[in-house]
Amino acid sequence: MFDEMRGSGGSAGAVRPAYTALADWLAAVKPDVLDFRRREAELLFRRMGITFAVYGDPEAQERLIPFDVIPRILSAAEWEILKRGLEQRVKAVNAYIKDVYHRREILKAGIVPEDLVFQNPVFRPEMNGQRVPYDIYVHVAGIDVVRTDADTFYVLEDNARTPSGVSYMLENREIMLRLFPELFSRYRIAPVENYPDELLQTLKSVAPPTASADPTVVLLTPGIYNSAYYEHSFLADKLGVELVEGRDLVVKDDVVYMRTTQGVQRIDVIYRRIDDDFLDPLVFRPDSGLGVPGLMAAYQAGSVTLANAVGTGIADDKAVYSYMPQIVKFYLGEEPLLKNVPTWRCRESEHLSYVLDHIDELVIKEVHSSGGYGMLIGPKSDKATIAAFRAKLKSNPKNFVAQPTLSLSTCPTCVEEGIAPRHIDLRPFVLTGRDRIRIVPGGLTRVALKKGSLVVNSSQGGGTKDTWVLDR
Amino acid sequence: MLSRTADNLYWLARYVERAEYLARILDTTLRLTALPLAYVGESNEWASAVATAGCANAFFAAHGEANEETVTEFLAFSTSNPSSIRNCFESARLNARAVRTALTIEMWDTINGAWLELKKWGNGPPSREEFARFLRWVLESSLRYDGSAYRTMLRNDAYWFSRLGVYIERADNTARILDVKYHLLLPAQEQVGGPLDYFQWSSILRSVSALTAYHWVYRENVKPWLVADLLILKDEMPRSLASCYENLVQNLDCIADAYGRQGPAQRQARSVRTRIENIRIEEIFKNGLHEFIGEFIEDNNRLGTAVAQQYLM
Repeated sequence: MFDEMRGSGGSAGAVRPAYTALADWLAAVKPDVLDFRRREAELLFRRMGITFAVYGDPEAQERLIPFDVIPRILSAAEWEILKRGLEQRVKAVNAYIKDVYHRREILKAGIVPEDLVFQNPVFRPEMNGQRVPYDIYVHVAGIDVVRTDADTFYVLEDNARTPSGVSYMLENREIMLRLFPELFSRYRIAPVENYPDELLQTLKSVAPPTASADPTVVLLTPGIYNSAYYEHSFLADKLGVELVEGRDLVVKDDVVYMRTTQGVQRIDVIYRRIDDDFLDPLVFRPDSGLGVPGLMAAYQAGSVTLANAVGTGIADDKAVYSYMPQIVKFYLGEEPLLKNVPTWRCRESEHLSYVLDHIDELVIKEVHSSGGYGMLIGPKSDKATIAAFRAKLKSNPKNFVAQPTLSLSTCPTCVEEGIAPRHIDLRPFVLTGRDRIRIVPGGLTRVALKKGSLVVNSSQGGGTKDTWVLDR
Repeated sequence: MLSRTADNLYWLARYVERAEYLARILDTTLRLTALPLAYVGESNEWASAVATAGCANAFFAAHGEANEETVTEFLAFSTSNPSSIRNCFESARLNARAVRTALTIEMWDTINGAWLELKKWGNGPPSREEFARFLRWVLESSLRYDGSAYRTMLRNDAYWFSRLGVYIERADNTARILDVKYHLLLPAQEQVGGPLDYFQWSSILRSVSALTAYHWVYRENVKPWLVADLLILKDEMPRSLASCYENLVQNLDCIADAYGRQGPAQRQARSVRTRIENIRIEEIFKNGLHEFIGEFIEDNNRLGTAVAQQYLM
């Protein structure tokens, strides 16, 4: 097991260089000081209203994501590797989506099976042959990365639809700066506070060519009952753009406008945080009250840019994931810099029989799931759960993939019994604009607070940490 | 700015103002009911409180009798009464969440803090003493909200729409008190002047926090027609109809200037103000105080509609 602070040597392992100053500080600080700051942090989060909703849990309409005050630290060299790998990955994802909706060379070459694309519910035939400004589909990607040893990073998921969590990256840093100024005097840490600026530049750069020199950008939210609503309002505020709901928008002659106190105003770019299904009731789900009738027509007419584009889901489901190394090679002619977790596709009979034989060693995931729901962690499940899952798997193998259980790295974390190692992952946010790719150093580190748990999702008891990328 | 944002700011301000008004009504009612019957007469002050809050129909549909228990529950803590103090804060916060980006941190802190605090009060405080503390807390929250808006907001359309909400609600509240208690203010009551009326009149003043102001303005004993004069016509009295309309005209003009366009809302506000400016209290009594107030409430609602149609949709 690899620990971010102590390497592979267990609790007696030598402290890795990036963590030396932190380890010294932790050794000197009194436990009650740490505990006091932890409670202070929670109070700050609560007062700022930084909450998320858990669906199907009326008691927890607004919950706090637990925040751990011990930062996760990446050295400049480690970040450099990650950064190059992430850029490569996102370039390949964009090229792949463009190809699927246009020439389909990767399908013709037999690298990705056709039915995996065309029978995928998130494939959008409306996008066939549809040009998008500057061929960019995924303007904002959240790539989930885990680490298993000093040199090995794996990509776990490419979130290419509407990834969230970036507000926590920003707020975690703000809180740390307020609560632990003395720690910041021991380190030089790359800033993250420029993320909203980078995002705005990215969004403006992809405005339709018809837009004015200073395009109008809005953030489209499903509304205050959405689990990420706090983040939507936070980002709109930092971007200085209007936070709109579907009912604020109106489409006339294939142009999108927002209703303002001074009449309607034309919109050029919509950073939408609402799923494809709900965008436009005339094209997608007719029962959606969240969307804007006519939005797709305006989009297809090219008068407005949607970020991310419609139909990007075909790049981020778990079955497509297994082809990512080939996808990177096919479009970029390069070896992937970040590893892919070996994945058995249960749709293939050989893979399925392997999975059924080794079910108690594997993590089995639903192809279209997210949020850590609908998965089986073989080594941590009892016989009855495994038996039930085996039945599900056999009845619809196409719906599942399986992966070995990775031993995710751990990071020291404040828990009830004191400071103890807990498993973590990392979600960096990759911005792709007309001019270039931008990545703010770091990202959101999520931590599984339960001892031994590998599930870091906030809806399942995960917390977050500030992520430091050192400056040298 | 987005019409919906303006709408949220407008209603946010209205709900906070309404919560304060309800707290004042409950506070004065508690005072009146603490007096011996000889001082206040046999009238049911709790029923009167419900009427002054403007929700008599809804109340009596749910409760048979208006008494301390039912009325405090209904006006302060009820989840089914959309205009209870609890629901006012609840709605205020919903509106605030929807326009987080248009609020300053101080304003959000106040609303969010009030909403969190409200949870601690549960379904109502156990004792009168606690309840009095609760009412004071409501007043303080409203004052803090108003103060933080006044001190921290940019003077742009967001601020002006928020002020429109305050003054339309306030004008409505003052008019409603006058409407329910108008019989006490008629000149025919003059000869009575007993303790009964004195406490009723001063309770009216107290519900709009104007008792001290009255003494400063008139330097006289509390007289009913002067109470009406103060609450309707006196510019310097911040809760008077005259003052509310002066502010409404001013804020609407700011919006019109910024947007370069006057409209029905500006004209409606100006016409109401002109009428108030040009009438004397004697005339109001001659033509009927009740009728005057009734018309005013309708006019005020018309202004609300005009603002909504012109800006908020």
